[in-house]
Amino acid sequence: MNSAPSTFVSRFLQSRIVWPLAGLALLLLFNFVFDRSFFELSTRDGNLYGPMVSVIRLSVKVMLLATGMTLVIATGGVDLSVGSVMAVVGALVAFLAEKYHVGFPGLLAVALGASLVVGVFNGALVSYVGIQPIVATLIVMVLGRGVALNITGGMPVPIEDTGVLYLGRGFIAGVPVQIPLLLTVFAIAALACRKTAIGLFVEAVGDNETASRLSGVNARGIKLLVYLFSASCAALAALVSIGDVGRVEPDRLGQMLELDAITAVVVGGTVLTGGRFTLLGSIIGALLIQTLTTTLTRQGMPSDVSPVPKALVILIVCLLQSQKLRSQLVRLFTSSKTHAS
Amino acid sequence: MKHTATTSSLRWTAFAILAAAITTFTGCDKKSDTQSANSQGGGKKLTVGFSQVGAESDWRVAETKSIKDEAAKRGVELKFNDAEGKVENQLTAIRSFIAQGVDAIILAPKVETGWEPVLKEAKAAKIPVILVDRGISVSDDSLFATLIASDFVAEGKLAAEWLAKKTGGKAKIIELEGSPGAAPAIDRKKGFAAGIAAFPEMKIIAAQSGDFETGKGKEVTETLLQQHGKDVTAIYAHNDNMALGAIEAIKAAGKKPGQDIIVLSIDGVKSAFQAMVKGELNCTVECNPLLGPAAFDAVEKALKGDKLDKKTIVQDRVFDQSSAAAELPNRKY
Repeated sequence: MNSAPSTFVSRFLQSRIVWPLAGLALLLLFNFVFDRSFFELSTRDGNLYGPMVSVIRLSVKVMLLATGMTLVIATGGVDLSVGSVMAVVGALVAFLAEKYHVGFPGLLAVALGASLVVGVFNGALVSYVGIQPIVATLIVMVLGRGVALNITGGMPVPIEDTGVLYLGRGFIAGVPVQIPLLLTVFAIAALACRKTAIGLFVEAVGDNETASRLSGVNARGIKLLVYLFSASCAALAALVSIGDVGRVEPDRLGQMLELDAITAVVVGGTVLTGGRFTLLGSIIGALLIQTLTTTLTRQGMPSDVSPVPKALVILIVCLLQSQKLRSQLVRLFTSSKTHAS
Repeated sequence: MKHTATTSSLRWTAFAILAAAITTFTGCDKKSDTQSANSQGGGKKLTVGFSQVGAESDWRVAETKSIKDEAAKRGVELKFNDAEGKVENQLTAIRSFIAQGVDAIILAPKVETGWEPVLKEAKAAKIPVILVDRGISVSDDSLFATLIASDFVAEGKLAAEWLAKKTGGKAKIIELEGSPGAAPAIDRKKGFAAGIAAFPEMKIIAAQSGDFETGKGKEVTETLLQQHGKDVTAIYAHNDNMALGAIEAIKAAGKKPGQDIIVLSIDGVKSAFQAMVKGELNCTVECNPLLGPAAFDAVEKALKGDKLDKKTIVQDRVFDQSSAAAELPNRKY
C-alpha cells in the first residue's frame, strides 16, 4: 500500500527537527519577500558581516546553554541555574581582571573552575541528596544571583581583558570566533553521545531511572555529568556574552536566559519528560528564536507587542511537536495521497 | 512515551508552588539585609522598608546607596529588598513590610500600573508610602504620600533641544527605549517627541526597547545599524547603559561613535562621563539618583502628619563633552 515517497514523507514528518526547521524556513521566506536586505553579506578587513551573521552570532549564547540543557532535560531533569551561573562567572571574571589583573588563561581557569563547583553542587543535590532537579537548580539560581551581586558590590564592571573581548567579538578566518567555539562544544557533545555509550545511558536514565540502574547504568554518575556539562556550557556562554558587551551587569547578565534555553530545547523537539533527545534540534530552536527576535526588530514591531508573535510561533511549533497532532497530520497526509492515486 | 501528561503537569504544579514559596521566602528573609544603625537617644527607632527594583544600572545602585547611607545617618532601621527586576517580588516585599509593621515604606516602582491593591493594604495599615524616581497610575492619589523624582518628560525635552542645537535641526534618529511600561521610558519618549516636534527635519527612523541594559542596547543597535546604517545620524538612548551598548555596536560596525553618529542619553552616571571624555558619547542629561535625603525628609513629614505635595521635583542638568572632564571627578556613581 505505502509507496516509497509517502513513507519518506511520513518519516520526515515524524522526525523531530522538521518543525523548527519549517518555522525557520518560513521566517527566512518572510524576510526574503518583505526585507531582502536581511540576506546582505559584506566583508570588512576580510571579516564577514551582515544581518544573518549577527543572528547566528547573537544566538550562540543560547545555543551553548541549550546544548547543556538538552542533556539535562534528557535525563528527566532541568537546569534553572544556568542564567545565574553566567552572572557568577561574569562577575568573578570581571572582578579578578579589574582588581588583580589576572590574565586570560587564569580567567578561563577560574570560569571553568567556578562552573565545575556549581555543576557538582547541582548534580550532587539531584542525584545523591535526591532533591527534584527543578527545586535544586532553583535554589542555585536564587543563590547564584546573590553571589554575583556581592562579588561586584552590585556595580557594573567594564571588561578590558583582550582574551575575553576576543571571545565575544573577535574573528577567526573571517568568521566570528563564537561560531567555531559553538561548533567545537557541539561536536564534543554529539560525539560523546553518539560514538560512546553516554548518549544511550542519558536516554536510559531519562526514560526509566530504576530500570537503567537495575541494568547496571551508573545513573547518579550520569546525572552528575550532565549537570557538570550544563554548568560549563553556561561558563562559556558567560565569557562570550561579556566579551561581546564589554561590560558585566551582575543584576542582568544571563537573566531569563535559562528560559530561552529551555524554550530552544522544547521547540527543537526534545520532550521535557526526558528520554530521547536531539542536540541539533536545540541548536535550530535557538536559531529560530533569535531569527524571530531580529525579524521583529527589523520590522519595527513595537517592543511592548513583540512578545505576542514570539509566543505564538513557539506555541505553534510546540503544538506541531505533539505526538498526537503529528500522527493525525501524518494520517491526513497519507490518506489524501492514497485518494489521489 | 512512558511519561504521561499527568506526571509532567504534576511536576509543573509542584514547581509553581515551590517557586511561589521560594519567592515569598526570598521576599522576606533571604535577600533582605536589615541595616541597623546605632540608635541615638532613647526614642523609638524608626523602621522603614525600601523596595528597590534591582541593581541593573549604575544609576540604580547609586540610588540604593544614597537611601541606605541616609538611613544609617539618621539612625533609621532600613529593611531593604532588591526585587531583581521583577514586579512580583516588589509586591511580595511590600506585603512583608506591612506584615512586619514598618513605620513607612519607600518604593521605587518598576512599572506604572498594578499597585492599587497592595497600596490599599498599606493604607489600611496606616503606613505611608513614599515613591521614589518613578510615578505610578492609581485612581486614588491618597494611596501614596508623595513622589520624589526627576521630571522625565523634561529630561527627554532637554535631550531633544541639545540635539536640535547640535545638528541645526536636522537628524535621523534611532531611539533606544527603556523597558516597555516603565515610567521613564514612556516619559522620556514623550518629552523627546515633543522636543523635536518643532523641527520637521528631525525624524525618528526606528525605535526599539533595549530594556535599560547595555547588552540589549548593543544587540538592538547592531540589528538596526545593519538596516539603517547609511541614514542614521544620531542615537538617543533612554539611559546611559544602553548608550554604552550602542557605542560598542557603532564601533563594531566600523564607525566612530560621537563623530560619525551622535550618541546622547539620560542619567549622567560616571561611566557616561568617562565615555564623553573619550569622545564617544556626546551628551547626557543628568537624572539625579541621590534621593535619600529628600526621601527621609518626606518620611519624617508624613509621619508627623504634615501635608506633602504629591510631587517633589529634583532639578536635572545637561552635560556634554565640553563640560564632562570638569564634572567627572565629582561623580560619585
